[in-house]
Formats: sequence, structure tokens, C-alpha cells
Amino acid sequence: MGSKGNTHLRLEPISNPTLARTILPPLIALGSTVVIASLLAMIAGANPFSVLGLIVKGAFGSKFAALETLNRATPLIFTGLSVAVAFRAKLWNIGAEAQLYAGAVVTVILGTGALTLPSIALVPFIAACAMIAGAVVLLIPTILKTRFGVDEVVTTLLFNFIFLLFVSMLLEGPLKDPMGMGWPKSARLIPEARLPRILPGLRLHWGFALAILAAIAVWIIQKRTTLGYEMQAVGLNPEAARFAGIPVRAALIKTALLSGGLAALAGFSEVAGLKGSLTLDLSPGFGYTGIIVAMLALLNPLAVIAAALFVAGIFVGADSMSRAAGVPTYLADIMLATALLLMVLAILLTRFRIRRE
Amino acid sequence: MDLIDILLSASFWTATIRIASPLIFATMGELICERAGVLNLGIEGIMVAGAFAGWMAVYSGTGLWTGVAIAMLVGMAFGLLHSLLTVPFGLSQHVVGLGLTLLATSLTYFSYRLALPQVTSPPKIEAFEVLPIPVLSDIPIIGPALFAQTPLTYLAFALVLAVSITLYRTPLGLALRAAGENPAAVAAQGLSVTALRMGAVIVGSGLMAVGGAFLTMSAFDSFFFEMVNGRGWICIALVVFGAWKPGKALMGAVLFAAFDALQIRIQQTPIGANIPYQVFLMMPYFLSIVALVAMSRRAEVPAALMVPFNKGER
Repeated sequence: MGSKGNTHLRLEPISNPTLARTILPPLIALGSTVVIASLLAMIAGANPFSVLGLIVKGAFGSKFAALETLNRATPLIFTGLSVAVAFRAKLWNIGAEAQLYAGAVVTVILGTGALTLPSIALVPFIAACAMIAGAVVLLIPTILKTRFGVDEVVTTLLFNFIFLLFVSMLLEGPLKDPMGMGWPKSARLIPEARLPRILPGLRLHWGFALAILAAIAVWIIQKRTTLGYEMQAVGLNPEAARFAGIPVRAALIKTALLSGGLAALAGFSEVAGLKGSLTLDLSPGFGYTGIIVAMLALLNPLAVIAAALFVAGIFVGADSMSRAAGVPTYLADIMLATALLLMVLAILLTRFRIRRE
Repeated sequence: MDLIDILLSASFWTATIRIASPLIFATMGELICERAGVLNLGIEGIMVAGAFAGWMAVYSGTGLWTGVAIAMLVGMAFGLLHSLLTVPFGLSQHVVGLGLTLLATSLTYFSYRLALPQVTSPPKIEAFEVLPIPVLSDIPIIGPALFAQTPLTYLAFALVLAVSITLYRTPLGLALRAAGENPAAVAAQGLSVTALRMGAVIVGSGLMAVGGAFLTMSAFDSFFFEMVNGRGWICIALVVFGAWKPGKALMGAVLFAAFDALQIRIQQTPIGANIPYQVFLMMPYFLSIVALVAMSRRAEVPAALMVPFNKGER
């Protein structure tokens, strides 16, 4: 039903989309993103035709660049999975940033000498505790949602600010490295608590492998378990799910535990695998970028890996391009935001036809 | 007692109203969007863009009011983009809003770096000055707080009145509220839900940008990264706290600002000095969450908030 008198757009579902209908809109979206980025690079005084090449070269052009991209993708796979799991159940977790830091804080507390266990026991124990911490951080807004009906978008966003201040407090107080020359920085992890490198000499740690495993695990949960079915049903239609006898509240809480735990693994892997200690700039917004990763992956856990590599590539490539061509690195964020907005539109257009009436 | 001294000082109330002003603009902007049925999570980014656009315009030589107008236009442009994607196309308001916040923020930082490549500290502008209203500003305590502020603060209060009258006393306001409550009824009246919602988002986004511009043109005289610092998200909480009513939202903003002004002053007392400063900085965000929980049972959410209208499958 439409309104009288005015012409306006109406969306009509396509029952049997052709191959071109399915593939063209996303390709045009990505193409437009590149065109927009090139135009902005031109405004910044660079050669618009060389910018994309510089980004690709900076991200994948050498062994060093490719490893840097894989390292950057690792936390994004975790936060992307966290968001994908939550959004599929329509639990709007925008707080992966706080959950990431919760994982990092636990990793530092347990990994700097408080526990002395052999590495084979210590690393998994710390990872498990980090996941619990992240799960608890998301549990609070989720319970506020299920008990009081408080919108979790705003609460998870606000928790990010609260938690970052909390970490700042810890780093200037109990977690401050006594040898840190006054910098707000934690002590370094003991060697037994570190995630080792996958191959000696190659700058890539086991966190990356863990991220891949996590993606496969989430995929199995979603495809093969009752929990996965419940989360899907709650996301599609909570009323219908309730009618079908699914415990909606419990399903949301389980979703939150899984989502918060996954985001916390990003913090664990960054501290135990890459940095070795905790500072306030551990995450340049990995939690927020996880939303873009998840959306570009259409919330599919296996596609999250590809999307994280794509997003990490743009960030790493843009850093290198910025040094070579003098275009501000914020071009990377603009490209991702543009890609996100155009992609959600493109996905809609693969399924609906626009009619003017 | 320190607390009494603080609460009775004119400077405390003056600071409260000053802190509330940008929140009032942006909260009214979000309220208009939500009353029409659209959640605008672009607010944080639009405030960043407004803060930069207004300040940059004045720095480049325009007058202050022209700067405000430019900030508003920039906000409206982002509002147009948001509303195009969420209203006729009916895309997820969560995803589009967050995407827009990222787009507006990164475009702003990109422009800042292009415009001022080599500066270490951002240049200052001649910001709005305090314009005391004769006689009224001489009233003890509340005089300076309410009547010795910059013109933008007076505008913020006038705006609440204007929004209130428009929403409750005009046919346009009735149609707008109906678009957020029962869009099918609006369509049955021969009105376009699409036009009403898009208009609300565009105007609302313009107001959010003015809220941002208040920071660079009235509260401070310079643009810093991270200067909006979650104020947009707090405004979304204030709309809920105010039960989607302009007057209550204004009270929420002032109450919130009073707590903010208070924590700054308590930090400087002997007791406050022993507490980590981060605890004080957490308070505004914590308070917003408490407000959301407290109001959750009573709030009357617009029935069609976040429900797209006219999607093909109907």
C-alpha cells in the first residue's frame, strides 16, 4: 500500500534473482568506493590512479607487508565474529571495544607472573579467563535489555567509554609497570604466557590460527547446533521464536556470552601474541571496525575472515600509501565507511527492485 | 561544607548551562528524528563534522553566524544521506547510523589534515562572546547562569520552545508525531511518510551539527580530535530519559550538565584529589546508563521507531 498523490519509491521483492542481479550491485558498490577514494586522493594532491595501486602494494606487496596485514586482521577476525554472532540474533553489541580491553586486562593480570604454570596450561587458561571477562562485560547491558528493556546500543557504546577510563585507571594504578619510566603501561607478560610464533622467524603468532579456528567454531555452532538455530530464530522474529517455544531471553544471554568472549579474545591475542604488554592504545578501534567487518561479511562467520583481511589490507595499505603519496591515512576510514554504506544498499538491490509509483 | 558552597556559586550554574547547551541542540535534533520514527546513530559523527565545519568556516574568514549556518548545512547534508538510505530504502537504522558516524568523523579528520597539514596545536578563532542581558543578568546566582551566556545558548533554549510548539501545536508537528506512531494513518490522510521522515532527519541532523559547532565556536575557540567524546551517544540517552518530550529532555540535559559541572569541582576539593580522576570522567557515561535504566519502565517509545514504512513486502 502506498500513499496517494505523491510519487515515491517502492521496493518490490525479486523471487528469482539472476546471476547478474546477485553479483553486479556489490561489485558496483566496491567500484564506487574506489572511485570516491581516488577523487579524495586527487583533492589531496596525489595522482588518483596510483593511490589504489599503492594501497594494494602496501598491504600485500611484500612478505613483510602481507604479514603485517595478517597481524592486523587477527583482532578484526575476533571482533568481526563477535559482532556477527550478536547482530544475527539482533543483539546490537557496539561494545566489542570494551570487551576487547576486558580480555586484555585479564591477560595482563594473569600473565605477568601471578600464575606460574607451564606454557601449555597457562596460555589456554588465560584465554578462557579472558573470554569470561569479555562475556561478563557484555552480559551487563544484555541483562539490562532483557530485564528492563534498556536499549543495548546506547549502553554498550557508553560502556566503551567507561571501560577505557577504567583501563587508564588500572594502568596508572595497580597494573602500572614499576619499571615503566612513568608511562601508563603494564608490565610485560612472562614468556610462558605468550602466544608463540607459528613459524620461527616469521612475524605471525598463533593468535591468527586461533582466529581462524574461532571462525570455524562459530560457523559450526550456527549451522549444526540448537543454540545456532535459536540465535537465528530470535534474530529473525523474537515473537515467532517465543511462540515456537524458544526461550528468547536465555538465547540472547547465550549469544551475549559468546559474542563478548570472542571480542575478549582479540584483546588476549593482541597482548599475548603481538604486544606483550597493555597500553591505552592497544586497540585503534578494533571493536568498532569489527562492525564493518561483520557487515561486509554479511554476518557469515567464514566470510568474516575474508572481510577482516580486506579491511586490514586497507588500513595497512593506506598507512604505506600515506607515507608515499602524502594523503592523510583517514582515507582508509572513509573508504571503509563508504564501502559499508554502499554495500548494505547493494545487498538490498540484489533482492529488491525499485519501482516508482 | 564544600558541596553547599559549590551549589550556591554563580560560576557553577553558569558552567552547567554552558555544558548543557551543545547537548540541548543535539538532543532536540535526535528527538525530532525519533519522533518521526527514525533512530539517528549518525549523531556522534555529525557533531564532529559540525564542530569542524563551523570552526573552519570562521577560521577561513566568514562571520560567526555564517559559520553556524555552514555547520548546519553540513549536518543537513549528512542527514539527507542518512534519510535516503533509511527511509525510502528502509535499510537498518543501526548500520546506516554507525556507518554515517564513521564516514562523518573520518571525512572531518581527513579535511582537517588537508586544511592544516603542519600544525601541532590547532589555531584559535574569535569565538562567540558572552552577551549579558541587562537587568536580568544581575539577579543573584541564576542571573549570570541564564542571562550572561553566549548567543548560541539563548538560541538553544529558544529552540526547545520552538520544537515544543511545532510538535504539539501545529499540523506539521501532529503529522510528524503520527509518522513515528502510526505511519499507515498518515499515509491514509494523503500525506507522505517518506517526506515527513526525511525532513525530520535532515533538520534534526542540522541541529546536531550546530550542537557540535557550539563546542568549537562558543565553549572553546578551537577544534580538537576526540572533542565530541561520546556527547552524541549521551544525547541519545537524554532523549530516552526525556521520554521523547522536548521539555523533559531539556531538564535532563541541564541535570546531566549540573552533575558534570559538579564532578569537575569535586575533583578540586581535598576529598576529590584522593580519588583517581578517571572515576570522575566515568560519571557522565555511568549516569546516562543509570538514567536509561530508571526511565526504562515509564518511557513511551514512539510505536513505529525503527520500523521502516512502505517496504515492498507489505
